[in-house]
Amino acid sequence: MAAEVKTKLSKNLLRMKFMQRGLDSQTKKQLEEEEKKIISEEHWYLDLPDLKEKESYIIEERSFMPCEDLLYGRMSFKGFNPEIEKLMIQMNSKCKEKEIEVDDKMEADVSDEEMARRYETLVGTIGKKFMRKRDQRVLQDEDGGEDGSSNIRPSKKAKKKFLKPQD
Amino acid sequence: MAAESGVAAEACVGQVVLPGDLLLLPCYPDEDGERLRLGAGTAPRGRLLCGPGLRRCGAGLMVIKCGLLRHRPAGSGGAAGGVYWVDSQQKRYVPVKGDHVIGIVTAKAGDVFKLDVGGSEQASLSYLAFEGATKRNRPNVQVGDLIYGQFLVANKDMEPEMVCIDSSGRSTGMGIIGQDGFLFKVSLGLIRKLLAPKCEIIQELSQLYPFELVLGMNGRIWVKAKTVQQTLIIVNILEACEYMTAEQRKQALAKLSGN
Repeated sequence: MAAEVKTKLSKNLLRMKFMQRGLDSQTKKQLEEEEKKIISEEHWYLDLPDLKEKESYIIEERSFMPCEDLLYGRMSFKGFNPEIEKLMIQMNSKCKEKEIEVDDKMEADVSDEEMARRYETLVGTIGKKFMRKRDQRVLQDEDGGEDGSSNIRPSKKAKKKFLKPQD
Repeated sequence: MAAESGVAAEACVGQVVLPGDLLLLPCYPDEDGERLRLGAGTAPRGRLLCGPGLRRCGAGLMVIKCGLLRHRPAGSGGAAGGVYWVDSQQKRYVPVKGDHVIGIVTAKAGDVFKLDVGGSEQASLSYLAFEGATKRNRPNVQVGDLIYGQFLVANKDMEPEMVCIDSSGRSTGMGIIGQDGFLFKVSLGLIRKLLAPKCEIIQELSQLYPFELVLGMNGRIWVKAKTVQQTLIIVNILEACEYMTAEQRKQALAKLSGN
């Protein structure tokens, strides 16, 4: 039934994508050019010579930031807000690209010695948690002396008691 | 109307200029490509930055605000070719893209907050413009909150838009300003003076008490110190230091630190 004779297909149909897959490149190019011609005839344009844009060496700027090298607007002093102080150093050194002296001695809530003391006790308590049962009993015997079974109870109680952190 | 012949820009640096003055630039090339006489120390022509108060006009710069003409020579990394601008004083803020300002939330309209930044229009701030904000995780912003953000869009034809994150998505200190503290308004010139790299006022104040300070380019300052009294002292100093000389300021601070 598919005759060899090609039925007359309209131009629009031929321009559709699925019809063009079988075409060779030359015919495709021709069709594209025809399309461009159609489009360009419909478009209006000014019949003036090309104006060469003057290369300008002046850039207009409405903000004061690049002119005066202003600092970042959020500031904190004497350790009132430590995050902002860190941010200040970061932002201002980005702008300036020079090292700003950092005051290392900021007010700390807990002194170094207290931290060391707390960690000492903390390491002991947590360490006991991971010891095996035998080692725990040995430890208790060392601490409390040999009392037999009654030794276990008080040692358990001692283990369960909450150790308040020294503040 | 005969146009006034311009004055060389370099000659006016540090002097008062008025709107309408035309400033000529020394090494601006002619249409033909001929160079005018070059000054002795002119660096290779980079892009000249024409700052606030000036506008490009033909062969030079036209002044549009009255004030002192300032100049920063080339080679500072920011603008090759130097910067000219007019140092003027005003109280009314005009939104400029990239400026960090303090805004007050006036309304919540669906997904957008309306902020009062002191300009002619209210700025809009989307709830997604905060760090870590998603559709499910909304920022906790109420009417009356203070927000520190920067302008994303700010021109005379459109409503200004603000954001609280930078281009990489980090907040870098922007966002809701915390509880307490005191907000007050000063002139724009004072803000620029306080934000200058080596500001004596800020250095002297930082020796007094621990406190926190947020300066918005729209003339708003937010201060927070440990007690209300300290906060008010800092507020009074900042308001008054615009019109005090350096000695008067040092005297006032000496009295305070003595107390």
